[in-house]
Amino acid sequence: MQPFLEKLAEEYMSLHPRVKINVQGGGSTAGIIAVQSGACHIGMSSRPLKPEETGLNAIQIAYDAIAIIVHPKNPVAGLSLGQIRDIFAGRIRNWSDLGGPDALIVVVTREEGSGTRGAFSQMVMAQQDISEQALVQDSNGAVREIVVRDKNALGYISFGLLDPRVKALSIDGTAPTHENIMAGRYQLKRPFLILLRPDAQCVLADSFNGYVLSPRGQASLAQEGLIPVQP
Amino acid sequence: MRERIIERALFFTALSATFVLFLIAFFIFQQGVPLIVKVGVGRFLFGLKWAPASSVFGVFSFLVGSFFVTAGALVIAVPFGLGCAIFLAEFSPKALSRVLKPVIELLAGIPSVVYGFVGVIVLTPLIREYLGGPGLSVLAAAIILSIMVLPTIISISYDAISAVPHSYREGSLALGATRWQTVTGVVLRAARSGIIASLILGMGRAVGETMAVIMVAGNAIKLPGSILDPTRTLTSNIALEMAYATGQHRQALFATGVLLFVIIMIINSAAYLLIKKDE
Amino acid sequence: MRIEPRAEQRIMRVALAGLAALTIAVLFFIIGFILKNGLPHVNLAFLIGTPERMGKEGGILPMIVGTFYLVLVAVAIATPLGVGSAIFLHEYAKEGWLVRVVRFGIDCLAGIPSIIFGLFGFVLFVITLGFGWSILSGGLTLAFMILPTIIRTSEEAIKAVPGAYRQVSKSLGAGKWQTIQRVVLPNAFPGILTGIILGIGRSVGETACVIFTAGSSLQMPASVFAPTRSMAVHFYILAREGISMEKAFATAAVLILLILAINLSAYYFMHRFIARLR
Repeated sequence: MQPFLEKLAEEYMSLHPRVKINVQGGGSTAGIIAVQSGACHIGMSSRPLKPEETGLNAIQIAYDAIAIIVHPKNPVAGLSLGQIRDIFAGRIRNWSDLGGPDALIVVVTREEGSGTRGAFSQMVMAQQDISEQALVQDSNGAVREIVVRDKNALGYISFGLLDPRVKALSIDGTAPTHENIMAGRYQLKRPFLILLRPDAQCVLADSFNGYVLSPRGQASLAQEGLIPVQP
Repeated sequence: MRERIIERALFFTALSATFVLFLIAFFIFQQGVPLIVKVGVGRFLFGLKWAPASSVFGVFSFLVGSFFVTAGALVIAVPFGLGCAIFLAEFSPKALSRVLKPVIELLAGIPSVVYGFVGVIVLTPLIREYLGGPGLSVLAAAIILSIMVLPTIISISYDAISAVPHSYREGSLALGATRWQTVTGVVLRAARSGIIASLILGMGRAVGETMAVIMVAGNAIKLPGSILDPTRTLTSNIALEMAYATGQHRQALFATGVLLFVIIMIINSAAYLLIKKDE
Repeated sequence: MRIEPRAEQRIMRVALAGLAALTIAVLFFIIGFILKNGLPHVNLAFLIGTPERMGKEGGILPMIVGTFYLVLVAVAIATPLGVGSAIFLHEYAKEGWLVRVVRFGIDCLAGIPSIIFGLFGFVLFVITLGFGWSILSGGLTLAFMILPTIIRTSEEAIKAVPGAYRQVSKSLGAGKWQTIQRVVLPNAFPGILTGIILGIGRSVGETACVIFTAGSSLQMPASVFAPTRSMAVHFYILAREGISMEKAFATAAVLILLILAINLSAYYFMHRFIARLR
């Protein structure tokens, strides 16, 4: 989420030159804790709040989807959710089992604690562990870079980070397109949330929030590949 | 009187390094040891499974990863580095070594992330293409690390060798030895503590390297079976998960730091005793 | 089978030259690779511009400034501590257990990995002392990291000052500290400077400890309490996340050229002064 918010912060600050926004990463859990404790004015989360995370206003600013990516030269174009689960769990090891060439699948995942991994686990893995043999990278961009360079790699990244150098797979026949995600047909969807404390009177935070939800802010997020909440 | 005050002041200054060392140990241990105790030293050190989400914290796989990667780096770097140092100090024309030595020292300043980057772009595809595996591997990390510690080994060994008094060499040559025999029989022995220091420093740098390793080693949590397998080192483990870790998970990363700290201290102490014995 | 010593030497000479050539070739390749891919994208706009679109476009001025301040803080703290330690160790210390503890501390500190410094700096400066992610936190952490380097090189430099100089000064009636101030330090200066410059070089290239203490903000730092992204950190993020290969290479090129310039200047000064000492 950090790169998206940095872009929004950049734009907001060019509109309001006297305001300074510092974006600090750290993941959804850290963001939730930070805003609860008052350490920061605005928190962000790329996963829904858990029941025990109370005392916050969660405002949805965009949707993101998780895309399963492979190298463009990989003949496989789509998989079932079950197959993806089996691959990441380590049960399916070779592309030939999926209609591809005879080569070991190089599985790439995010690190433990990452919101993207958490969302992926929740939506795909059904309580099973991701294989210990999977390569681990600490950002979506890094995952994408591996898939760009390795014909046999398979990973998951935020939909907003897709670019022409990787191919996004269809899941159970549904391609990860804007329309499919908005219509709810594509299964791997997650909310991006801005978190505010209802008791903290922070005019600037509300103003920033307003910008994010405005047509300009939403268009900016859409430009980066996220799905806006206000179409 | 003024002299006494100044001497005191300087003494306290000199203590600063040791003081900082204890500070570091204190804070790292304070954060990490409670977790090691909770999990159990044996299960922490020798546990093969690392799964923070389920509160399972076993770092053996990373210990092995660090070991293989460092050992591999030294196996490559020592012959090359020492050979280079000997060549520059004893056999190359003065003009050449006068140019090359600063160049090499300069290369010691290349940031680790640059090495990692070049490793990802140039080295890992080569390994993947010609040797197999995902490319991101123990081998890639070992090679990149060896390149990174080379300037350290070369530079310090060179200094140690150059510092050997000329009289030693002249004496040996006067007895009829060739230059090479002088080098192996007299010079290297005299420079031994400096050379060992360079190797220990190199080893320490390899064990402690983080960024380059994260970029080229693959970071899988499974125990590496071969040098073409991906691996995760103790250092990578900390840096990889630190950003998003909270609570027990974060403590476990500090615990990894404790282990790393202890290992480094053991390496340094061993070097220290070795050098002391020599003197 | 015993090889004739002369032949053995010839073989070893060639072998060593080969090893040396290969080593140097690899090191040159890395620099060349970066410069070749990076220099075409380095221009004035890059150096004085601010990053846009998370670094995909624009320049790296905030990173250059941030790096500069980080180094400044680090050197300002590490130099007095380091030179002071070196003076004590060489000029005053009597070999006792306390001095051995001091030396042990310095040697060990030198071997502590930067990630441990990062953790330490994070716990102490960012959290406990409340400085937050800032140039101050980053600079302090870097200071402790380069301290051993400065101590070591300063001590070597002070050692290199001939004992005769000190004796002459003493025979003229100068006190110990006066001798150090007026005779030893000025003569040891180039060596000390070299150590400081090596420390600067190391700070500029550091990533692991800076990321956890100085943060990764793209903004121009407003004060020492502001977070900043050093050039090395910026390069790391650009390269890892594949944000922009050109900008990544360009940042790396600037970084390398900067370090080159730093080290070259160090060597130049040392050369001139060594000539003087002779």
